[in-house]
Amino acid sequence: MTSASHETLTIFAQSWGLLYLALLALGVLLYTFWPNNRARFDRAKNSIMNDETGPWA
Amino acid sequence: MTVAGRHDPFGIHGIIVLLTGLGCAFCLIRDYYTPEPGADRLSSYYDEPIKAGILLALIWALIGMFFGDWVAWLLAYPQMTFDADWSSFGRMRPIHTTGVIFGFGGNALIATSFHVMQRTCRTRLADQLTPWFVLVGYNLFCIIAVTGYLMGVTQSKEYAEPEWYADIWLVVVWVAYFALYLRTLARRREPHIYVANWYYLAFILVVAMLHIVNNLALPASLARAKSYSLFSGVQDAMVQWWYGHNAVAFFLTAGFLGMLYYYLPKRAGRPIYSYRMSIVGFWGITFFYVWVGSHHLHYTALPQWVQTLGMTFSVMLLIPSWIAAANALLTLNGAWHKVREDATLRFMMVAAVFYGLSTFEGSFLAIRPVNSLSHYTDWTIAHVHAGTLGWNSMIIFGAIYYLVPQLWKRPHMHSPALVEFHFWSAIAGTFIYVFAMWNSGITQGLMWRAYNQSGTLAYSFLDSVMAMHPYYIARAFGGLLFLIGTMVGVYNVWRTIQAAPAHLTQTEQPALPGSPQAAPLVGS
Repeated sequence: MTSASHETLTIFAQSWGLLYLALLALGVLLYTFWPNNRARFDRAKNSIMNDETGPWA
Repeated sequence: MTVAGRHDPFGIHGIIVLLTGLGCAFCLIRDYYTPEPGADRLSSYYDEPIKAGILLALIWALIGMFFGDWVAWLLAYPQMTFDADWSSFGRMRPIHTTGVIFGFGGNALIATSFHVMQRTCRTRLADQLTPWFVLVGYNLFCIIAVTGYLMGVTQSKEYAEPEWYADIWLVVVWVAYFALYLRTLARRREPHIYVANWYYLAFILVVAMLHIVNNLALPASLARAKSYSLFSGVQDAMVQWWYGHNAVAFFLTAGFLGMLYYYLPKRAGRPIYSYRMSIVGFWGITFFYVWVGSHHLHYTALPQWVQTLGMTFSVMLLIPSWIAAANALLTLNGAWHKVREDATLRFMMVAAVFYGLSTFEGSFLAIRPVNSLSHYTDWTIAHVHAGTLGWNSMIIFGAIYYLVPQLWKRPHMHSPALVEFHFWSAIAGTFIYVFAMWNSGITQGLMWRAYNQSGTLAYSFLDSVMAMHPYYIARAFGGLLFLIGTMVGVYNVWRTIQAAPAHLTQTEQPALPGSPQAAPLVGS
Protein backbone atom coordinates (compact mmCIF):
# COMPACT_ATOMS: atom_id res chain seq x y z
CA MET A 1 0.00 0.00 0.00
CA THR A 2 1.41 3.36 -1.01
CA SER A 3 0.63 6.34 1.13
CA ALA A 4 0.69 9.91 -0.08
CA SER A 5 3.89 11.63 0.92
CA HIS A 6 4.13 15.07 2.45
CA GLU A 7 5.67 16.24 -0.85
CA THR A 8 2.70 15.08 -2.96
CA LEU A 9 0.16 16.64 -0.64
CA THR A 10 2.06 19.94 -0.58
CA ILE A 11 2.22 20.09 -4.37
CA PHE A 12 -1.50 19.35 -4.61
CA ALA A 13 -2.39 21.95 -1.96
CA GLN A 14 -0.21 24.62 -3.54
CA SER A 15 -1.65 24.15 -7.03
CA TRP A 16 -5.22 22.83 -7.14
CA GLY A 17 -5.97 23.78 -3.57
CA LEU A 18 -4.84 27.33 -4.17
CA LEU A 19 -6.80 27.52 -7.42
CA TYR A 20 -9.94 26.25 -5.67
CA LEU A 21 -9.71 28.83 -2.90
CA ALA A 22 -8.85 31.67 -5.31
CA LEU A 23 -11.82 30.82 -7.56
CA LEU A 24 -14.09 30.54 -4.57
CA ALA A 25 -13.01 33.94 -3.26
CA LEU A 26 -13.50 35.43 -6.73
CA GLY A 27 -16.96 33.87 -6.98
CA VAL A 28 -18.02 35.25 -3.59
CA LEU A 29 -16.75 38.74 -4.42
CA LEU A 30 -18.45 38.72 -7.84
CA TYR A 31 -21.74 37.60 -6.28
CA THR A 32 -21.50 40.22 -3.55
CA PHE A 33 -20.62 43.18 -5.72
CA TRP A 34 -22.53 42.27 -8.93
CA PRO A 35 -24.51 45.48 -9.63
CA ASN A 36 -27.76 43.64 -10.38
CA ASN A 37 -27.76 42.03 -6.94
CA ARG A 38 -27.90 45.38 -5.15
CA ALA A 39 -31.68 45.66 -5.39
CA ARG A 40 -32.15 42.16 -4.01
CA PHE A 41 -29.83 42.83 -1.04
CA ASP A 42 -31.47 46.17 -0.26
CA ARG A 43 -34.85 44.48 -0.27
CA ALA A 44 -33.60 41.68 1.98
CA LYS A 45 -32.11 43.94 4.60
CA ASN A 46 -35.24 46.10 4.80
CA SER A 47 -37.64 43.19 4.60
CA ILE A 48 -36.91 41.97 8.15
CA MET A 49 -37.96 45.28 9.66
CA ASN A 50 -41.69 44.47 9.55
CA ASP A 51 -42.02 40.71 9.76
CA GLU A 52 -44.26 40.38 12.81
CA THR A 53 -47.49 40.59 10.83
CA GLY A 54 -47.40 36.82 10.30
CA PRO A 55 -46.57 34.44 7.47
CA TRP A 56 -47.46 35.40 3.92
CA ALA A 57 -50.11 33.27 2.28
CA MET B 1 -29.78 0.17 28.49
CA THR B 2 -31.11 -0.03 32.03
CA VAL B 3 -30.96 -3.80 32.29
CA ALA B 4 -27.76 -4.43 30.32
CA GLY B 5 -25.81 -1.75 32.14
CA ARG B 6 -27.07 -2.32 35.66
CA HIS B 7 -23.54 -2.65 37.03
CA ASP B 8 -22.34 0.56 35.38
CA PRO B 9 -23.28 4.28 35.23
CA PHE B 10 -24.68 3.21 31.85
CA GLY B 11 -27.65 1.70 33.71
CA ILE B 12 -28.50 4.97 35.45
CA HIS B 13 -28.50 6.68 32.06
CA GLY B 14 -30.79 3.92 30.87
CA ILE B 15 -33.26 4.88 33.61
CA ILE B 16 -33.11 8.59 32.62
CA VAL B 17 -33.73 7.70 28.96
CA LEU B 18 -36.57 5.35 29.93
CA LEU B 19 -38.30 8.01 32.04
CA THR B 20 -37.94 10.65 29.29
CA GLY B 21 -39.31 8.20 26.75
CA LEU B 22 -42.28 7.33 29.00
CA GLY B 23 -42.97 11.05 29.59
CA CYS B 24 -42.99 11.72 25.85
CA ALA B 25 -45.17 8.69 25.15
CA PHE B 26 -47.61 9.91 27.78
CA CYS B 27 -47.81 13.36 26.14
CA LEU B 28 -48.27 11.77 22.72
CA ILE B 29 -51.06 9.48 23.89
CA ARG B 30 -52.76 12.29 25.81
CA ASP B 31 -52.83 14.47 22.71
CA TYR B 32 -53.63 11.59 20.33
CA TYR B 33 -57.35 12.41 20.16
CA THR B 34 -56.99 16.18 19.97
CA PRO B 35 -58.31 17.41 16.62
CA GLU B 36 -55.92 17.91 13.71
CA PRO B 37 -54.68 21.50 13.61
CA GLY B 38 -56.68 23.41 11.02
CA ALA B 39 -55.35 25.06 7.89
CA ASP B 40 -55.61 28.43 9.62
CA ARG B 41 -52.49 27.56 11.64
CA LEU B 42 -50.48 28.42 8.53
CA SER B 43 -51.39 32.07 8.97
CA SER B 44 -49.52 32.34 12.27
CA TYR B 45 -45.98 31.61 13.43
CA TYR B 46 -45.40 28.59 15.68
CA ASP B 47 -44.01 30.23 18.81
CA GLU B 48 -44.56 27.59 21.53
CA PRO B 49 -41.24 25.74 20.94
CA ILE B 50 -39.40 29.09 20.98
CA LYS B 51 -40.85 29.93 24.38
CA ALA B 52 -39.91 26.51 25.74
CA GLY B 53 -36.39 26.88 24.34
CA ILE B 54 -35.89 30.25 26.02
CA LEU B 55 -36.99 28.94 29.40
CA LEU B 56 -34.76 25.88 29.05
CA ALA B 57 -31.83 28.14 28.13
CA LEU B 58 -32.39 30.19 31.28
CA ILE B 59 -32.60 27.08 33.50
CA TRP B 60 -29.31 25.84 32.03
CA ALA B 61 -27.78 29.30 32.50
CA LEU B 62 -28.49 29.08 36.23
CA ILE B 63 -27.09 25.54 36.48
CA GLY B 64 -24.02 26.20 34.33
CA MET B 65 -23.08 29.52 35.93
CA PHE B 66 -23.68 28.20 39.45
CA PHE B 67 -21.25 25.33 38.87
CA GLY B 68 -18.85 27.71 37.12
CA ASP B 69 -18.72 29.98 40.13
CA TRP B 70 -18.42 27.01 42.46
CA VAL B 71 -15.32 25.71 40.66
CA ALA B 72 -13.96 29.28 40.65
CA TRP B 73 -14.20 29.37 44.47
CA LEU B 74 -12.84 25.83 44.55
CA LEU B 75 -9.62 27.03 42.91
CA ALA B 76 -9.19 29.63 45.65
CA TYR B 77 -10.36 27.34 48.47
CA PRO B 78 -9.69 23.68 47.54
CA GLN B 79 -11.49 22.37 50.62
CA MET B 80 -14.80 23.30 48.95
CA THR B 81 -15.17 19.82 47.46
CA PHE B 82 -16.47 18.72 50.91
CA ASP B 83 -14.68 15.39 50.44
CA ALA B 84 -17.07 14.00 47.85
CA ASP B 85 -16.10 12.27 44.58
CA TRP B 86 -18.65 14.05 42.46
CA SER B 87 -17.62 17.54 43.60
CA SER B 88 -13.99 17.33 42.50
CA PHE B 89 -12.77 19.97 40.03
CA GLY B 90 -12.38 17.46 37.20
CA ARG B 91 -16.06 16.46 37.38
CA MET B 92 -17.65 19.84 38.07
CA ARG B 93 -15.72 21.86 35.50
CA PRO B 94 -17.25 20.00 32.51
CA ILE B 95 -20.69 20.52 34.11
CA HIS B 96 -19.95 24.23 33.91
CA THR B 97 -18.71 24.15 30.31
CA THR B 98 -21.45 21.83 29.04
CA GLY B 99 -24.10 23.69 31.05
CA VAL B 100 -23.24 27.12 29.70
CA ILE B 101 -22.08 26.27 26.17
CA PHE B 102 -24.49 23.50 25.22
CA GLY B 103 -27.28 23.99 27.75
CA PHE B 104 -27.54 27.78 27.81
CA GLY B 105 -25.95 28.63 24.42
CA GLY B 106 -27.37 25.64 22.55
CA ASN B 107 -30.96 26.10 23.71
CA ALA B 108 -30.73 29.82 22.98
CA LEU B 109 -29.42 29.07 19.49
CA ILE B 110 -32.18 26.54 18.80
CA ALA B 111 -34.92 28.85 20.13
CA THR B 112 -33.71 31.95 18.26
CA SER B 113 -33.14 29.96 15.08
CA PHE B 114 -36.78 28.79 15.20
CA HIS B 115 -37.76 32.45 15.58
CA VAL B 116 -35.46 33.88 12.90
CA MET B 117 -36.20 31.18 10.32
CA GLN B 118 -39.95 31.75 10.56
CA ARG B 119 -39.78 35.56 10.50
CA THR B 120 -37.24 35.95 7.71
CA CYS B 121 -38.92 33.31 5.57
CA ARG B 122 -42.44 34.61 6.34
CA THR B 123 -43.63 31.09 6.87
CA ARG B 124 -44.56 28.72 9.69
CA LEU B 125 -42.19 26.01 10.98
CA ALA B 126 -42.35 23.01 8.68
CA ASP B 127 -44.21 20.78 11.14
CA GLN B 128 -45.63 20.61 14.66
CA LEU B 129 -43.71 17.64 16.04
CA THR B 130 -40.08 18.02 14.94
CA PRO B 131 -39.36 21.24 16.88
CA TRP B 132 -40.38 19.44 20.09
CA PHE B 133 -38.34 16.39 19.16
CA VAL B 134 -35.28 18.60 18.62
CA LEU B 135 -35.73 20.47 21.90
CA VAL B 136 -36.49 17.46 24.10
CA GLY B 137 -33.87 15.31 22.39
CA TYR B 138 -31.20 17.97 22.70
CA ASN B 139 -31.91 18.55 26.38
CA LEU B 140 -31.89 14.80 27.01
CA PHE B 141 -28.37 14.81 25.54
CA CYS B 142 -27.33 17.64 27.90
CA ILE B 143 -28.78 15.84 30.93
CA ILE B 144 -27.05 12.58 30.01
CA ALA B 145 -23.80 14.51 29.60
CA VAL B 146 -23.98 16.37 32.91
CA THR B 147 -25.17 13.44 35.03
CA GLY B 148 -22.44 11.34 33.44
CA TYR B 149 -19.70 13.72 34.62
CA LEU B 150 -20.97 13.45 38.21
CA MET B 151 -20.47 9.67 37.96
CA GLY B 152 -17.09 10.03 36.27
CA VAL B 153 -18.29 9.14 32.75
CA THR B 154 -16.15 11.06 30.25
CA GLN B 155 -14.11 10.40 27.13
CA SER B 156 -11.67 13.13 28.21
CA LYS B 157 -12.01 15.29 25.11
CA GLU B 158 -12.56 18.92 25.98
CA TYR B 159 -16.06 20.15 25.02
CA ALA B 160 -16.76 16.62 23.70
CA GLU B 161 -16.80 14.75 27.01
CA PRO B 162 -20.04 12.73 26.58
CA GLU B 163 -19.57 9.08 25.75
CA TRP B 164 -20.51 7.19 22.57
CA TYR B 165 -24.23 6.54 23.25
CA ALA B 166 -24.92 10.22 24.01
CA ASP B 167 -22.95 11.19 20.90
CA ILE B 168 -24.98 8.87 18.65
CA TRP B 169 -28.22 10.26 20.10
CA LEU B 170 -27.05 13.83 19.41
CA VAL B 171 -26.41 12.95 15.76
CA VAL B 172 -30.04 11.77 15.41
CA VAL B 173 -31.35 14.96 17.02
CA TRP B 174 -29.03 17.17 14.99
CA VAL B 175 -30.02 15.62 11.64
CA ALA B 176 -33.70 16.21 12.52
CA TYR B 177 -32.83 19.84 13.36
CA PHE B 178 -31.00 20.32 10.05
CA ALA B 179 -33.86 18.73 8.09
CA LEU B 180 -36.39 20.94 9.88
CA TYR B 181 -34.41 24.06 8.97
CA LEU B 182 -34.12 23.05 5.30
CA ARG B 183 -37.82 22.15 5.10
CA THR B 184 -38.79 25.51 6.57
CA LEU B 185 -36.50 27.30 4.12
CA ALA B 186 -38.06 25.34 1.28
CA ARG B 187 -41.49 26.76 2.27
CA ARG B 188 -40.26 30.34 2.41
CA ARG B 189 -42.36 33.11 0.90
CA GLU B 190 -39.54 35.64 0.89
CA PRO B 191 -37.43 35.02 -2.24
CA HIS B 192 -34.01 35.90 -0.76
CA ILE B 193 -32.68 33.92 2.24
CA TYR B 194 -31.70 36.56 4.81
CA VAL B 195 -28.03 36.36 5.86
CA ALA B 196 -28.79 35.39 9.49
CA ASN B 197 -30.07 32.06 8.17
CA TRP B 198 -26.75 31.42 6.41
CA TYR B 199 -24.94 31.73 9.72
CA TYR B 200 -27.40 29.44 11.52
CA LEU B 201 -27.13 26.86 8.73
CA ALA B 202 -23.32 26.97 8.81
CA PHE B 203 -23.57 26.40 12.57
CA ILE B 204 -25.82 23.35 12.21
CA LEU B 205 -23.98 21.79 9.27
CA VAL B 206 -20.40 22.23 10.51
CA VAL B 207 -21.18 21.24 14.11
CA ALA B 208 -22.63 17.97 12.75
CA MET B 209 -19.45 17.33 10.76
CA LEU B 210 -17.13 18.15 13.68
CA HIS B 211 -19.14 16.17 16.19
CA ILE B 212 -19.19 13.02 14.07
CA VAL B 213 -15.48 12.99 13.20
CA ASN B 214 -14.17 13.89 16.65
CA ASN B 215 -16.34 11.29 18.36
CA LEU B 216 -15.40 8.33 16.16
CA ALA B 217 -14.79 5.74 18.85
CA LEU B 218 -15.19 2.07 19.63
CA PRO B 219 -17.22 1.22 22.75
CA ALA B 220 -15.49 -1.27 25.05
CA SER B 221 -18.82 -3.08 25.34
CA LEU B 222 -22.39 -2.31 24.27
CA ALA B 223 -23.43 -2.44 27.92
CA ARG B 224 -20.76 -0.09 29.22
CA ALA B 225 -20.19 3.63 29.03
CA LYS B 226 -16.47 3.40 28.23
CA SER B 227 -15.16 3.77 24.66
CA TYR B 228 -11.81 4.26 22.94
CA SER B 229 -11.13 6.89 20.30
CA LEU B 230 -10.17 5.68 16.82
CA PHE B 231 -7.37 8.25 16.78
CA SER B 232 -4.25 8.24 18.89
CA GLY B 233 -1.26 10.44 19.68
CA VAL B 234 -0.78 13.68 17.82
CA GLN B 235 -3.49 12.79 15.29
CA ASP B 236 -5.96 12.56 18.14
CA ALA B 237 -4.79 15.93 19.46
CA MET B 238 -5.15 17.52 16.02
CA VAL B 239 -8.66 16.10 15.48
CA GLN B 240 -9.65 17.20 18.99
CA TRP B 241 -8.50 20.80 18.42
CA TRP B 242 -9.86 20.93 14.91
CA TYR B 243 -13.12 20.08 16.67
CA GLY B 244 -12.47 22.26 19.71
CA HIS B 245 -11.68 25.45 17.90
CA ASN B 246 -14.46 24.98 15.38
CA ALA B 247 -16.87 24.49 18.26
CA VAL B 248 -15.84 28.05 19.14
CA ALA B 249 -16.10 29.05 15.49
CA PHE B 250 -19.40 27.55 14.49
CA PHE B 251 -21.21 27.03 17.78
CA LEU B 252 -20.15 30.19 19.61
CA THR B 253 -19.51 32.45 16.61
CA ALA B 254 -21.42 31.58 13.43
CA GLY B 255 -24.69 30.80 15.21
CA PHE B 256 -24.37 33.87 17.43
CA LEU B 257 -23.58 36.11 14.45
CA GLY B 258 -26.89 34.89 13.03
CA MET B 259 -28.48 36.17 16.23
CA LEU B 260 -26.61 39.48 15.96
CA TYR B 261 -27.54 40.07 12.32
CA TYR B 262 -31.24 39.64 13.10
CA TYR B 263 -31.87 41.00 16.62
CA LEU B 264 -29.56 44.02 16.54
CA PRO B 265 -31.17 45.63 13.45
CA LYS B 266 -34.62 44.75 14.78
CA ARG B 267 -34.04 46.29 18.21
CA ALA B 268 -32.24 49.35 16.81
CA GLY B 269 -35.04 49.84 14.27
CA ARG B 270 -32.44 50.24 11.53
CA PRO B 271 -31.51 47.76 8.80
CA ILE B 272 -27.97 46.35 8.89
CA TYR B 273 -25.37 48.93 7.80
CA SER B 274 -24.01 46.90 4.89
CA TYR B 275 -25.61 43.71 3.65
CA ARG B 276 -22.65 43.14 1.33
CA MET B 277 -20.20 43.28 4.22
CA SER B 278 -22.24 40.61 5.98
CA ILE B 279 -21.91 38.30 2.95
CA VAL B 280 -18.16 38.78 2.53
CA GLY B 281 -17.78 38.34 6.29
CA PHE B 282 -19.77 35.10 6.17
CA TRP B 283 -17.56 33.44 3.56
CA GLY B 284 -14.41 34.78 5.19
CA ILE B 285 -15.36 33.38 8.58
CA THR B 286 -16.49 29.99 7.31
CA PHE B 287 -13.38 29.49 5.18
CA PHE B 288 -10.71 30.83 7.51
CA TYR B 289 -12.01 29.34 10.74
CA VAL B 290 -11.78 25.66 9.76
CA TRP B 291 -7.99 25.92 9.43
CA VAL B 292 -7.07 27.52 12.75
CA GLY B 293 -7.41 24.60 15.23
CA SER B 294 -3.68 23.79 15.19
CA HIS B 295 -2.85 27.02 17.03
CA HIS B 296 -3.84 25.12 20.18
CA LEU B 297 -0.85 22.84 19.61
CA HIS B 298 2.09 25.22 19.25
CA TYR B 299 5.43 23.73 20.41
CA THR B 300 4.07 20.17 20.40
CA ALA B 301 4.77 17.04 18.35
CA LEU B 302 2.53 18.47 15.63
CA PRO B 303 4.59 19.27 12.48
CA GLN B 304 5.84 22.83 12.45
CA TRP B 305 4.14 23.64 9.12
CA VAL B 306 0.74 22.63 10.48
CA GLN B 307 1.27 24.96 13.44
CA THR B 308 2.29 27.78 11.09
CA LEU B 309 -0.79 27.14 8.94
CA GLY B 310 -3.06 27.48 11.97
CA MET B 311 -1.26 30.62 13.09
CA THR B 312 -1.47 32.29 9.67
CA PHE B 313 -5.16 31.60 9.26
CA SER B 314 -5.81 32.81 12.81
CA VAL B 315 -4.24 36.16 12.00
CA MET B 316 -6.14 36.46 8.70
CA LEU B 317 -9.35 35.65 10.56
CA LEU B 318 -9.22 39.05 12.18
CA ILE B 319 -10.43 40.64 8.92
CA PRO B 320 -13.84 38.92 8.62
CA SER B 321 -14.29 39.08 12.41
CA TRP B 322 -13.84 42.82 12.47
CA ILE B 323 -16.06 43.18 9.40
CA ALA B 324 -18.89 41.69 11.48
CA ALA B 325 -18.13 43.78 14.58
CA ALA B 326 -17.82 46.99 12.52
CA ASN B 327 -21.01 46.22 10.63
CA ALA B 328 -22.89 45.87 13.93
CA LEU B 329 -21.51 49.11 15.39
CA LEU B 330 -22.04 51.08 12.16
CA THR B 331 -25.66 49.91 12.19
CA LEU B 332 -26.00 51.66 15.55
CA ASN B 333 -24.50 54.87 14.17
CA GLY B 334 -27.38 57.35 14.37
CA ALA B 335 -29.17 55.32 17.03
CA TRP B 336 -26.79 55.95 19.92
CA HIS B 337 -29.54 57.70 21.90
CA LYS B 338 -31.41 54.37 21.83
CA VAL B 339 -28.32 52.56 23.13
CA ARG B 340 -28.18 55.03 26.00
CA GLU B 341 -31.82 54.59 26.95
CA ASP B 342 -32.48 50.95 26.12
CA ALA B 343 -30.56 48.36 28.17
CA THR B 344 -31.68 45.58 25.79
CA LEU B 345 -29.99 47.26 22.82
CA ARG B 346 -27.01 48.08 25.05
CA PHE B 347 -26.58 44.35 25.76
CA MET B 348 -26.29 43.81 21.99
CA MET B 349 -23.92 46.76 21.51
CA VAL B 350 -21.61 45.52 24.26
CA ALA B 351 -21.74 42.05 22.70
CA ALA B 352 -20.47 43.47 19.40
CA VAL B 353 -17.68 45.37 21.17
CA PHE B 354 -16.56 42.28 23.09
CA TYR B 355 -16.76 40.25 19.88
CA GLY B 356 -14.32 42.69 18.29
CA LEU B 357 -12.05 42.66 21.36
CA SER B 358 -11.91 38.93 21.86
CA THR B 359 -11.34 38.15 18.16
CA PHE B 360 -8.41 40.58 18.18
CA GLU B 361 -7.06 38.91 21.31
CA GLY B 362 -7.58 35.47 19.74
CA SER B 363 -5.58 36.30 16.62
CA PHE B 364 -2.85 37.78 18.82
CA LEU B 365 -2.63 34.76 21.14
CA ALA B 366 -2.40 32.41 18.15
CA ILE B 367 0.96 33.91 17.12
CA ARG B 368 3.58 31.36 18.18
CA PRO B 369 5.92 33.54 20.30
CA VAL B 370 2.97 35.17 22.07
CA ASN B 371 1.55 31.71 22.67
CA SER B 372 4.80 30.67 24.35
CA LEU B 373 3.97 33.17 27.09
CA SER B 374 0.21 32.72 27.21
CA HIS B 375 -0.33 29.00 26.67
CA TYR B 376 -1.37 26.90 29.70
CA THR B 377 -1.87 30.10 31.71
CA ASP B 378 -5.00 31.92 32.85
CA TRP B 379 -4.64 34.33 29.93
CA THR B 380 -6.46 31.71 27.85
CA ILE B 381 -9.22 31.63 30.48
CA ALA B 382 -9.45 35.43 30.29
CA HIS B 383 -9.75 35.24 26.49
CA VAL B 384 -12.43 32.56 26.56
CA HIS B 385 -14.51 34.44 29.13
CA ALA B 386 -14.20 37.77 27.32
CA GLY B 387 -15.82 35.87 24.47
CA THR B 388 -18.42 33.85 26.36
CA LEU B 389 -19.44 36.39 29.02
CA GLY B 390 -18.91 39.56 26.99
CA TRP B 391 -20.08 38.38 23.59
CA ASN B 392 -22.20 35.20 23.75
CA SER B 393 -24.08 35.84 26.99
CA MET B 394 -24.66 39.53 26.24
CA ILE B 395 -26.16 38.84 22.81
CA ILE B 396 -28.32 36.03 24.25
CA PHE B 397 -29.66 38.28 27.02
CA GLY B 398 -30.27 41.04 24.48
CA ALA B 399 -32.21 38.63 22.29
CA ILE B 400 -34.15 37.23 25.29
CA TYR B 401 -35.19 40.69 26.51
CA TYR B 402 -36.31 41.45 22.97
CA LEU B 403 -38.17 38.14 22.56
CA VAL B 404 -39.92 37.61 25.90
CA PRO B 405 -42.37 40.56 25.78
CA GLN B 406 -43.02 39.90 22.09
CA LEU B 407 -43.66 36.15 22.36
CA TRP B 408 -45.75 36.34 25.52
CA LYS B 409 -47.58 39.39 24.13
CA ARG B 410 -46.66 41.78 26.92
CA PRO B 411 -46.09 45.51 26.36
CA HIS B 412 -42.62 45.37 27.99
CA MET B 413 -40.55 43.49 30.53
CA HIS B 414 -41.93 43.34 34.10
CA SER B 415 -39.23 45.73 35.34
CA PRO B 416 -37.00 47.78 33.03
CA ALA B 417 -35.00 48.78 36.14
CA LEU B 418 -34.07 45.14 36.75
CA VAL B 419 -32.91 44.86 33.13
CA GLU B 420 -30.63 47.83 33.84
CA PHE B 421 -29.42 46.13 37.03
CA HIS B 422 -28.71 42.92 35.12
CA PHE B 423 -26.79 44.85 32.49
CA TRP B 424 -24.51 46.64 34.94
CA SER B 425 -23.90 43.62 37.14
CA ALA B 426 -23.07 41.53 34.04
CA ILE B 427 -20.68 44.22 32.78
CA ALA B 428 -19.00 44.62 36.18
CA GLY B 429 -18.72 40.85 36.58
CA THR B 430 -17.18 40.44 33.13
CA PHE B 431 -14.61 43.20 33.66
CA ILE B 432 -13.56 41.94 37.10
CA TYR B 433 -13.31 38.39 35.78
CA VAL B 434 -11.33 39.26 32.65
CA PHE B 435 -8.93 41.68 34.34
CA ALA B 436 -8.23 39.22 37.17
CA MET B 437 -7.40 36.48 34.69
CA TRP B 438 -5.28 38.76 32.47
CA ASN B 439 -3.19 39.67 35.49
CA SER B 440 -2.88 36.16 36.80
CA GLY B 441 -2.21 34.72 33.33
CA ILE B 442 0.63 37.09 32.51
CA THR B 443 2.07 36.73 36.01
CA GLN B 444 1.99 32.94 35.65
CA GLY B 445 3.58 33.05 32.20
CA LEU B 446 6.39 35.34 33.40
CA MET B 447 7.04 33.35 36.58
CA TRP B 448 7.30 30.08 34.67
CA ARG B 449 9.95 31.46 32.32
CA ALA B 450 11.99 33.48 34.86
CA TYR B 451 15.57 32.30 35.42
CA ASN B 452 17.94 33.29 38.17
CA GLN B 453 21.63 34.13 37.76
CA SER B 454 22.76 30.50 37.95
CA GLY B 455 20.49 29.66 34.99
CA THR B 456 17.87 27.63 36.85
CA LEU B 457 14.19 28.44 37.24
CA ALA B 458 13.60 31.30 39.66
CA TYR B 459 10.24 30.03 40.94
CA SER B 460 8.83 26.62 41.70
CA PHE B 461 5.41 25.78 40.24
CA LEU B 462 3.95 26.06 43.73
CA ASP B 463 5.20 29.66 44.01
CA SER B 464 3.13 30.56 40.94
CA VAL B 465 0.08 28.79 42.40
CA MET B 466 0.39 30.81 45.64
CA ALA B 467 0.71 34.03 43.64
CA MET B 468 -2.63 33.29 41.93
CA HIS B 469 -4.67 33.20 45.13
CA PRO B 470 -5.87 36.85 45.19
CA TYR B 471 -6.71 36.75 41.47
CA TYR B 472 -8.74 33.59 41.94
CA ILE B 473 -10.80 35.27 44.64
CA ALA B 474 -11.36 38.31 42.38
CA ARG B 475 -12.34 36.03 39.49
CA ALA B 476 -14.82 34.10 41.62
CA PHE B 477 -16.30 37.40 42.82
CA GLY B 478 -16.67 38.64 39.19
CA GLY B 479 -18.36 35.36 38.31
CA LEU B 480 -20.70 35.79 41.29
CA LEU B 481 -21.75 39.24 40.05
CA PHE B 482 -22.47 37.77 36.63
CA LEU B 483 -24.49 34.93 38.19
CA ILE B 484 -26.49 37.40 40.32
CA GLY B 485 -27.29 39.37 37.15
CA THR B 486 -28.53 36.20 35.50
CA MET B 487 -30.69 35.33 38.52
CA VAL B 488 -32.25 38.79 38.43
CA GLY B 489 -32.84 38.35 34.70
CA VAL B 490 -34.57 34.99 35.23
CA TYR B 491 -36.77 36.51 37.94
CA ASN B 492 -37.68 39.39 35.63
CA VAL B 493 -38.56 37.03 32.77
CA TRP B 494 -40.66 34.93 35.16
CA ARG B 495 -42.60 37.96 36.42
CA THR B 496 -43.14 39.16 32.84
CA ILE B 497 -44.67 35.82 31.90
CA GLN B 498 -46.86 35.84 35.03
CA ALA B 499 -48.17 39.35 34.39
CA ALA B 500 -51.56 39.78 32.72
CA PRO B 501 -51.28 39.88 28.92
CA ALA B 502 -51.55 43.23 27.22
CA HIS B 503 -54.18 42.07 24.76
CA LEU B 504 -56.43 39.27 25.98
CA THR B 505 -56.97 37.97 22.47
CA GLN B 506 -56.36 34.35 23.30
CA THR B 507 -55.55 32.28 26.35
CA GLU B 508 -51.87 31.49 26.29
CA GLN B 509 -50.65 27.96 26.70
CA PRO B 510 -48.16 27.48 29.52
CA ALA B 511 -44.79 27.48 27.83
CA LEU B 512 -43.47 24.21 29.10
CA PRO B 513 -42.86 21.40 26.68
CA GLY B 514 -46.22 19.82 27.36
CA SER B 515 -48.02 19.92 24.02
CA PRO B 516 -47.21 17.80 21.01
CA GLN B 517 -43.78 16.33 21.44
CA ALA B 518 -42.09 13.06 20.90
CA ALA B 519 -38.88 11.22 21.33
CA PRO B 520 -38.64 7.58 20.36
CA LEU B 521 -38.19 5.13 23.19
CA VAL B 522 -34.55 4.46 22.62
CA GLY B 523 -32.88 1.37 23.97
CA SER B 524 -34.88 1.03 27.14
